[in-house]
Amino acid sequence: MAENCCGAGGVKLLYPCSGAADVGELADRAVRKLWKQGFAQKTCLAGVGGDVPGFVQSAKGAELNITVDGCPIACARKSLERIGVKPISIMLADLGFKKGESPVTEENIARIAGAVEEACSISPKAEAGASLSGGGCCS
Amino acid sequence: MKKLEILGTGCPKCIKLEELTRKAASELGIEAEITKVKDINQIMNYGVMMTPALVVDGVVKVVGKVPSLEDIKKYLK
Repeated sequence: MAENCCGAGGVKLLYPCSGAADVGELADRAVRKLWKQGFAQKTCLAGVGGDVPGFVQSAKGAELNITVDGCPIACARKSLERIGVKPISIMLADLGFKKGESPVTEENIARIAGAVEEACSISPKAEAGASLSGGGCCS
Repeated sequence: MKKLEILGTGCPKCIKLEELTRKAASELGIEAEITKVKDINQIMNYGVMMTPALVVDGVVKVVGKVPSLEDIKKYLK
């Protein structure tokens, strides 16, 4: 986690809503999958919502913040926006997942993880972030 | 006395942040206890995802960059 020395290399942070419903679990599981794959770092949305300074400042210092919300209430996105950070927002409802009708399967988790990767690869913000990457640590 | 913590594993920017923080405290005439925190688990306990980071009296002020001397002074006031 914090071995991201000097903020170099375009730190990407992932925030799933982790809501109680099936879509919340899907969001969480997909983000954990991406985290394990090394795509980006999962961090704690509750820390942002709780105004814990370390989480808030980490969000402000990251090159990319990516929220994954299960439903259109968009708790994760709104939590980031509340502290003045505009994330790349992925909404499972936009991918066809409905609350209460979306089984937590490996297939669905993989589909969501793929959608997150795709959204980040085509986002203008992601491209800007990539160009800002400082290269090696502490250069 | 202010308690200042520099979070980082010892990279050049972490060292730079420490230097600037010491300078800022000195120029402001602030009595401060400055501690370097290199342990990843301790750093993560602050919710910090990138280093370096500056903590003033237990509150994380900046993460992932070395602020200017003037900005550090603002954090210390």
